[in-house]
Amino acid sequence: MLDVASTGFADPVLDAQAQFRALADALARPGSLRAFTPRLTPPVGFPAALASIALTVADHETAIWLDPAFAADPGIAVWLAFHSGARTTSDPSEAAFAFVADIRAMPPLAAFGLGDEAYPDRSTTLVIAVESLAEEGALVLSGPGIETDRRLGVTPWPEGFSAQFAANRALFPRGVDLILAAQGVIAALPRTTRIREA
Amino acid sequence: MNAPSPAETGYNFAYLDEQTKRMIRRAILKAIAIPGYQVPFASREMPMPYGWGTGGVQVTAAVIGPDDVLKVIDQGSDDTTNAVSIRKFFAKTAGVATTTRTAEATVIQTRHRIPETPLSEGQILVYQVPIPEPLRFLEPRETETRKLHALADYGLMHVKLYEDIARHGHIATTYDYPVEVAGRYVMNPSPTPKFDNPKMHRSPALQLFGAGREKRIYAVPPYTDVVSLDFEDHPFEVQRFEKPCALCAATGVYLDEVVLDDRGGRMFVCSDSDYCASRRDAGHRGEMAGDALPAGQS
Repeated sequence: MLDVASTGFADPVLDAQAQFRALADALARPGSLRAFTPRLTPPVGFPAALASIALTVADHETAIWLDPAFAADPGIAVWLAFHSGARTTSDPSEAAFAFVADIRAMPPLAAFGLGDEAYPDRSTTLVIAVESLAEEGALVLSGPGIETDRRLGVTPWPEGFSAQFAANRALFPRGVDLILAAQGVIAALPRTTRIREA
Repeated sequence: MNAPSPAETGYNFAYLDEQTKRMIRRAILKAIAIPGYQVPFASREMPMPYGWGTGGVQVTAAVIGPDDVLKVIDQGSDDTTNAVSIRKFFAKTAGVATTTRTAEATVIQTRHRIPETPLSEGQILVYQVPIPEPLRFLEPRETETRKLHALADYGLMHVKLYEDIARHGHIATTYDYPVEVAGRYVMNPSPTPKFDNPKMHRSPALQLFGAGREKRIYAVPPYTDVVSLDFEDHPFEVQRFEKPCALCAATGVYLDEVVLDDRGGRMFVCSDSDYCASRRDAGHRGEMAGDALPAGQS
């Protein structure tokens, strides 16, 4: 049932535009932190940043995959369906967007849609809630969108995740793109980014 | 800069409906993640003919917000019909501020030029693209060109450039000169003169490309390698001009030839009208600039 206390965007047109620009900027400059201040009230248990990204990019044309933690609360799928029209899928490889509550309990990146050589855009964009993002961190990023290199701190960053992301990078042009969201801030790691742990 | 005016009523902000914007925005996000790859999108009918920049207009409509300042150029000029119409279109439907000054703009929509003033980090350059597929005139079938991109098989393009050399002694392609983006995809930079190709390389601005009729969106993120295709013994070169701009004396810029009479008179002036005007405002004078009359005379 739809939580009566939850809401969509205060201004669906201008809020979506502002959030999209933050997203595009984050992807165009991988690892840079973008202020992200959603103006909506999602169901309890679904972070506002993730909810805001969902309403910005998802609609009846896109399938959404929810990780087990989010899928356990039926109110989240109902809220998404009501405000965006997007359906949920249980198959991560079929999803246009995947929403992840816990990066540590996530299926491997290769389980999501990777696109094919002719249509690498038919891949999943993962939107992952993390505890915090920092400009000074253990990850050293390079690649398109980064002038020389850029530091990023992600908490939590599971053991072996850098290697998994490198394997994703090796598939280029196929692969998934990641959007990481903490309280009030987002950063993106598109498939082109190289990650080194300092 | 023209201050924002209240938007025309009866339209959604920036003309397009929200579902269309979301679809275009998804394509833009994928385009940024896969530099140089042409993302198919469901291009809409726009209230202007194909060839007038429907792709660029749709991309601009999907990215622009009320705080943006829009500049539109057509062949470098802010005051041609196409540029004026598109600027007015967004001033009306989105109520955004417009400008002709490159440095003041946050979103610049362009047909066939990159401004001479270097772009900065906060800017988005939106190109209007007629033919996005660099291999289209070499291989007409979409099924085949898609395969060639998938395999990164760009031999055809090198053969074409080689044939130029065999026939003319040099690479005769002067506009829409193919580039390789981030070491992977070969991309059409849209029909900009090859003079502008080096400006795309590691530009601090985000570059988005929209082809309305061909239904493709592609992108070059900031600080991304954009290399013009060439050969070791025939390296890529840009056009050179013998004389500076006749109005502002600028050198190292792209010049347009203007025919003055029917006896062979001609002048060469900056194609970038804003760059030329700001240089003249700063006191630079070309050989044909003329002098303003003292106040009170006419």
